[in-house]
Amino acid sequence: MVSVLLLFAPVAAALFVPMLARRVKAVHTGWFVLAVPLLLFIYYLGYLPSVSDGRTHIAELPWIPSYGISFVSYIDGLSLLFSLLITGIGSLVVLYSIFYLDKTKERLGNFYVYLLMFMTAMLGVVQSDNVISLYLFWELTSISSFLLIGYWYTRDRSRYGALKSMMITVFGGLMMLGGFILLYLMGGTFSIRELIGMAPELVQHPLFTWALVLVLLGAFTKSAQFPFYIWLPDAMEAPTPVSAYLHSATMVKAGLYLVARFTPIFAASELWVWMVTSIGVLTLFWGSFFAVKQTDLKGILAFSTVSQLGLIMSLLGAAAGAFHAEGAAGTIFKFAGFAAIFHLFNHAAFKGSLFMIAGIVDHETGTRDIRKLGGLMALMPVSFTIALIGSLSMAGLPPFGGFLSKELFLTGMLSLRQLDLFAPASWGTILLVAAWIASVFTFIYSLYFVLRTFTGKHKPDELPKQAHEAPAGMLIAPGILAVIVIAVFFIPNVIGKWIVKPAVAAVQPFLFDSPAAVDVHVAAWHGGLTPELTMTIGVVLVGLLLFWLLPKWQGLYGLAPEALSLNKLYDASMYLAEGGANRLSRTYMGGLIRNYLIYMFTGIVIIILGSLVAKDAFAISFEGLSPVGPAEIGLILVLIAAATTTLIARKRLTAIISLGAVGYTVALLFVVFKAPDLALTQLAIETVSVALFLLAFYHLPKMSRHDEKRKFRIGNAIVAGAVGLMMSLLAMSSVSQRALPSISEFYKETVHSEAGGGNIVNVILVDYRGFDTLFEIAVLSIAAIGIIGMIRLRLTRKEDGHEKQ
Amino acid sequence: MVNTLMLIALILFSFTIVIAVYRIIRGPSKPDRVIALDMIGVNLLASIAVVSCLLETKAFMEVILILGILSFIGTIAFSKYIERGVIVERRHNR
Repeated sequence: MVSVLLLFAPVAAALFVPMLARRVKAVHTGWFVLAVPLLLFIYYLGYLPSVSDGRTHIAELPWIPSYGISFVSYIDGLSLLFSLLITGIGSLVVLYSIFYLDKTKERLGNFYVYLLMFMTAMLGVVQSDNVISLYLFWELTSISSFLLIGYWYTRDRSRYGALKSMMITVFGGLMMLGGFILLYLMGGTFSIRELIGMAPELVQHPLFTWALVLVLLGAFTKSAQFPFYIWLPDAMEAPTPVSAYLHSATMVKAGLYLVARFTPIFAASELWVWMVTSIGVLTLFWGSFFAVKQTDLKGILAFSTVSQLGLIMSLLGAAAGAFHAEGAAGTIFKFAGFAAIFHLFNHAAFKGSLFMIAGIVDHETGTRDIRKLGGLMALMPVSFTIALIGSLSMAGLPPFGGFLSKELFLTGMLSLRQLDLFAPASWGTILLVAAWIASVFTFIYSLYFVLRTFTGKHKPDELPKQAHEAPAGMLIAPGILAVIVIAVFFIPNVIGKWIVKPAVAAVQPFLFDSPAAVDVHVAAWHGGLTPELTMTIGVVLVGLLLFWLLPKWQGLYGLAPEALSLNKLYDASMYLAEGGANRLSRTYMGGLIRNYLIYMFTGIVIIILGSLVAKDAFAISFEGLSPVGPAEIGLILVLIAAATTTLIARKRLTAIISLGAVGYTVALLFVVFKAPDLALTQLAIETVSVALFLLAFYHLPKMSRHDEKRKFRIGNAIVAGAVGLMMSLLAMSSVSQRALPSISEFYKETVHSEAGGGNIVNVILVDYRGFDTLFEIAVLSIAAIGIIGMIRLRLTRKEDGHEKQ
Repeated sequence: MVNTLMLIALILFSFTIVIAVYRIIRGPSKPDRVIALDMIGVNLLASIAVVSCLLETKAFMEVILILGILSFIGTIAFSKYIERGVIVERRHNR
């Protein structure tokens, strides 16, 4: 129970942040906030021993028990690794932000509230065992990320980036929700553990593929995979601590978490392996290729994040492939799962430190443009050291953590060739080559990032500020991360035992029973020239050559037409969605009442005639009809003549009078059909309404009193004819097949004995069904009051002598 | 015998109404139409009386009365409208 409530600890702390930010001006608000992730980090560290033994912890807080929805804190290797990343890097980011954000100039209250909200959301995502609460937290990460990207909301670029990331990640989130609901329909439970338990049956289900694709869409959008990566570079408008935290170490890994968490369910599907691996490698290649093009420090890091996320994604795909491989191939594949988790950990460390360095450079020189920077090595030696460590780890060089994960990655990619899932058998080789080329580009942009910033010629007159070393406080957080990066290289197996292996056991439960069963031993030197080492040496040599020649071929990027880029596609689709919808609604929402009436009447005709046809409800029988007398025929003829006159009248006055004639003829029909009360009322009402029509006619403005004949429109005629036909058919059909006898016999019998009246119509009106009368009186009163209101109450008084009285 | 007579009367009344309707449609001036309308009202009144004799009921006596009043009011109103341009005149001294 405690661990569930602790999920909400950051957001609960966020309630007090605005108060602290406002009251305690002397102390930077961040210092108070720092306690939250730090305490949580220590708390989660306490789980390490038991989780590395293969035990799991679960605590549940019912939310909507009747639907089986609850908040769950399920801690196994995978969620513990993520929880440690979130709280650990969260602490460092808060520490960094204390020195990065100015106490007086920034709205710190907002910043830390959003950040703590995000922390809760992220912890909730990784610890939820219930897919619905997982989705809840998932959307909360999108929302808090939106708020953080738009933190400097007065800048256009920030708002654009925030909106873009929101659109894309929420799109993915909704798709994912669809996938979850399908899983629920298949399995009958919201619990991930129970779904994993019934994975073999789920594969057989026809909805399985749909659920797979939808969940993958959610993961791909969140983790910035191809082609959904486009929001990430634009999210770089956020403050740098946010970029370091959300857009490199935690939130973008939520998609990886999702793929890892659902691997036991979906791994049985070949589509899953195929899609995750291919999209991962494509993203890896694409991101690394375009990273070299960027001129903004954070832009390079954004593309590098995209590329590294693709790397981890492809490894997760290979890890799922282990389900299909047997024997010797299977043992190779267990490296893939290990490599994915190991690199996930590594990437969080070195990318966090690199972002912080980019922030420091920005903070101390006033620009992030790599063309203006250079020669900062002597001015900022500590930052340079940290940047070098991070970059070389990113490039995959010894003696840094990235080297080990790169070797493991190549092992995983090499083993892909032995998987016979891919339709063209050479696909595995293509993926391997693409991964190798991507590694070369990774090497290039890593060098590009660190060398262009810190070496070369110093250009003091291009920098907005006098460059100097950052304050010590700012360097603590990236320093700690750099130490971790180096430590990973020297003690990989310690980290493997405590952190990575329990997570691998959670991702590949079909391969390993317990963390101890993950018998992967990482070593920097395998003794001899393994294929992986050969490839790494190749990467370094080709990378160095290409980096040396970079000025010669960087112009190639200019060749790719900008109009065909995915960003342009996104912008165009947004524009199309907005403008297209606008244009579409303008076509039918013309504002002409005539058109709306045509839509309505056509709709009614289609619906009623359609259902008459569909239900075969036409029935015309002349049984039981009364004989028609000469009086009726005469009156009907008059009615038709008067109605026709109304339609074809040249002058409005003629139309009004003939309308009156129609009304009087109807009154006469009432007489013939023996309805004296109706006839009486009809006469009076008709007179009054004709008088009202004349009144309206009299007040028509002189200018618009066209007395010409109305234009004949064929469309109107068709619609009117169709409505008349429909009503006639409907009336005839309903008269011809009356199912039940009328209840009027009862009235006839009881009008005298029960109600004590002689006029049956009046008795029905005031006695049997007096309620209708009551409310018709109300209608008349409302109409009268409305008319008085309209006449008397003129809020916009016209300057017209005629109107004033 | 009486019934036949009354039916003949009814047909004649209807014929008159048809003539009056023709005048309403064609009538070149407004007064023509108003007079035709008044004529229709009177004929309607008479035919309702005949119909109620035919139906042997007293239920339509009110209808006849109302129609007489309405027809009168209507014709007066139209006449006033044609002559003055308004029907209900505003008070002058205020």
